[in-house]
Amino acid sequence: MRGNFSTITKMFSAGVVAAGLSMSAPAKAAEGTIKVGILHSLSGTMAISETTLKDVMLMLIDEQNAKGGLLGKKLEAVVVDPASNWPLFAEKARELISKDKVAAVFGCWTSVSRKSVLPVFSELDNILFYPVQYEGEESERNVFYTGAAPNQQAIPAVDYLMSADGGSVKRWVLEGTDYVYPRTTNKILEAYLKSKGVPAEDIMVNYTPFGFSDWQTEVSAIKKFGSAGKKTAVVSTVNGDANVPFYKELGNQGIKAEDIPVMAFSVGEEELAGLDTGPLVGHLAAWNYFESVDTPENKKFIDDWHKFIKNDKRTTNDPMEAHYIGFNMWVKAVEKAGTTDPDKVIDAMVGVSVPNLTGGYSTMMPNHHITKPVLIGEIQADGQFETVSQTPGLVMGDEWSNYLPDSKNLISDWRAPLSCGNFNVATGKCGGKGTN
Amino acid sequence: MILLRVIGMMLLLTMASLLPSSAAESDLRATIAKFATATNFSATEAVVRELAASGDPAVEKPLAALAGGNLYIRKADSQIFVGKESGDGIQLLDPLSGDKAAAAAKADLSKIKVNNGLRRTIRDVLGTLTLRAKDPAVRLAAAATMFKAPDAANIEPLDAAIAGETVPSVKALFDQARAASILVSDKPEADKLDAISAIAARGDRDALSLLTLTEAASQGAVKDAAAAAIGHINSTLALWDAGQNIWYGISLGSVLLLAAIGLAITFGVMGVINMAHGEMVMLGAYTTFVVQQVIRTSFPGLFDWSLVIALPLAFLVSALVGLAIERGVIRFLYGRPLETLLATWGISLILQQAVRTIFGPTNQEVGNPSWMSGSFDIGQLAITWNRLWILVFALLVLAVLLYVMKWTRWGLQMRAVTANRRMAASMGIRTPWVDALTFALGSGIAGIAGVALSQIDNVSPNLGRGYIIDSFMVVVFGGVGNLWGTLVGAFSLGIVNKFLEPYAGAVLGKIVVLVLIILFIQKRPRGLFALKGRAVEA
Repeated sequence: MRGNFSTITKMFSAGVVAAGLSMSAPAKAAEGTIKVGILHSLSGTMAISETTLKDVMLMLIDEQNAKGGLLGKKLEAVVVDPASNWPLFAEKARELISKDKVAAVFGCWTSVSRKSVLPVFSELDNILFYPVQYEGEESERNVFYTGAAPNQQAIPAVDYLMSADGGSVKRWVLEGTDYVYPRTTNKILEAYLKSKGVPAEDIMVNYTPFGFSDWQTEVSAIKKFGSAGKKTAVVSTVNGDANVPFYKELGNQGIKAEDIPVMAFSVGEEELAGLDTGPLVGHLAAWNYFESVDTPENKKFIDDWHKFIKNDKRTTNDPMEAHYIGFNMWVKAVEKAGTTDPDKVIDAMVGVSVPNLTGGYSTMMPNHHITKPVLIGEIQADGQFETVSQTPGLVMGDEWSNYLPDSKNLISDWRAPLSCGNFNVATGKCGGKGTN
Repeated sequence: MILLRVIGMMLLLTMASLLPSSAAESDLRATIAKFATATNFSATEAVVRELAASGDPAVEKPLAALAGGNLYIRKADSQIFVGKESGDGIQLLDPLSGDKAAAAAKADLSKIKVNNGLRRTIRDVLGTLTLRAKDPAVRLAAAATMFKAPDAANIEPLDAAIAGETVPSVKALFDQARAASILVSDKPEADKLDAISAIAARGDRDALSLLTLTEAASQGAVKDAAAAAIGHINSTLALWDAGQNIWYGISLGSVLLLAAIGLAITFGVMGVINMAHGEMVMLGAYTTFVVQQVIRTSFPGLFDWSLVIALPLAFLVSALVGLAIERGVIRFLYGRPLETLLATWGISLILQQAVRTIFGPTNQEVGNPSWMSGSFDIGQLAITWNRLWILVFALLVLAVLLYVMKWTRWGLQMRAVTANRRMAASMGIRTPWVDALTFALGSGIAGIAGVALSQIDNVSPNLGRGYIIDSFMVVVFGGVGNLWGTLVGAFSLGIVNKFLEPYAGAVLGKIVVLVLIILFIQKRPRGLFALKGRAVEA
């Protein structure tokens, strides 16, 4: 009797659970869902930048579901936390693909985290959307680079500074954090500046460690370098946390943008949110998107973001736009392929074109990089950027820099029949090696 | 009576019509209206130059507004206004008279864009226009901009200004600006040689920059004189550079001292390897942020006092958290350094993530009070106020701590427990409570260090991470258990670091310092000033 009773209870409770499940998500039970992996650090040093990207992905997935999902199925976000730990990125990527069976992964910020997951994505044949500006010298079949390559950020920024509008700069300080992105970018910039006739003594390169906070010596060295009677500018690839003390020291030592402007590649609206920007007005940044861009698409995006995050003060930034573009491209490619099978989606991605937030269209190119406009903005007292220059058309991402001797002969084209990420046009063979 | 009034009215009317400004003003207005049709920066610059050419001091207002990004075009009628943010909208002011016009919504206005080049142009032309301003500070600024942007056309207005100038310091700067302008003019050689010696007397980087340009552009005696002056300035600047490195080293040392001083108590005196020390600093910085938020919203007048108000609160918050950690975890782990290390490491992660959850992962803005912003010069040495205050503050904290340790009953008990726990207990000292309070004191001091560090660093959950290694380095190097050792350790590390940095770079400099410390510890394992205590005996 007792045994019987407990069996009945078990059956009963199982029934309740089943009923509960089917009631809460009838669509799921009926047709299944498409899982999308989100691989951004939610703790540790990189959480400061990456948490926002996780949130924007959740928002985009929500919006897509509100529009009726994809291929008649709902999208489901699978969020994991690689905790700013590079090897853990690879582990979590493997978990997302093998265990959760996600259709695509949106994630990574630092180049080292991307390098750490690359083997996982090619081994398990899945898709990674990488939303951050980076140093180039890479093109993988399984990765789509929606952030800027050096020619979509660094080179136009330097061009602007060299122009009359930018102040006809003659002397250059390349200031960076000591890791792969600044080192490669500075190598490209040095080669580029020299090709433009800048003598070696007019270029100063300096690196500081991650999270550097005592900038006195560096800023006074910049001041010293700038008093040689030639217009001087700083090109900064200083990363993340080190920026706030850097800018505070610039302000305190009275370096004005009118005298020595600082052009930054890693400082966006989010970084400025922790700063009093009054003394920094006029310092520059080069991106493919600014929150201040005045287009209807951007206005809607910002409104949606504020509603989603329930905070009117949260800023938007360039990597968020990159995820917006990347996600919409993936949706379009899946619709085009009629399946979420990564192999087919990868082939369908090339040529997909979606609206970006700056009033144009971005297209996925055969080298898995996208076309973008390049904007140069000046910091304003309210912590926003004001666009002071914009490339007339879209710039296509160039993965292998033409200014580095190792990579200038390399091209990438993932379409059949070439299907190669590092084709050497000089030797006619696939498998060249770039710098780093 | 009536007659008088009529006469008065008539007088007023005639005076008004006699005022010469009205014609010039309408001209100015016509020029200002051109801003509305200027579509790019060079067109805007042309309008700025046209306004400046009028020589009328009245154009200062619209030009300054333009440089500050406060000049707007009303979309409805293309009128130009100076705008001031007020609430949701913008209060419009007449660009010349400053009279109030209607307020407008942001959407109805378009801001006239400026860039660095335009700001520079405005700064230069305003320099010429404000040479005769009433306020000596404005005249000083005008002279400074004219010195930096020398132009042969400036000589005449400068001559006139020098003749009328009464303030000696302003006059001296006028003379220098005039000398700079002479160097770029086609004046005879003798004048230029005089000018070079006048500029060389300044001895600073601006003078160097100007002389370098002159040397490159001229020949003969002028070139030689410039070269000689450059050589002279360079040799004096080299001396100043050494002085500057010492100052930077002292300043870095004071930051290290602040960060390490709490650890000198918890690790140095008590022997607890406290990996959550950095997070106590972080909590102090976040307390400052919260205090500033409250002040910003409720008592804006008190902003300059925010740090002073935050100090006791930060001490309290960190001390309470420290007390909780000691009572809750560490007291069970005394004498087991490995477990303590792991447990406090875990606590540090918990605290970081807690702050991240409550305040968000992004940086929080902590403002500088006005007395901590900017810098002042001693000779060729630029000293920033915030660094100076941090140095003063660090020494003050150390002094107070030394006093507490040496002269108070509590300090005596603390030292007694450190020297011989069992004997102290036999004498009736409640050693567990002394432990708890000592740990709370160390944590609280880390908290007030956070208040100071919020002025120069990010206020983010990662704040503490950056200081933990340096703090341990300072305490170990200086000698565990000795506050004076911490002081000497912090300053010597700071100065060595800053002397290496210009030659070796920041990355290599840090490595060299680490290697030096490792070698030093091999030779003297107990640091600079070894002290007998529990930590050493354990």
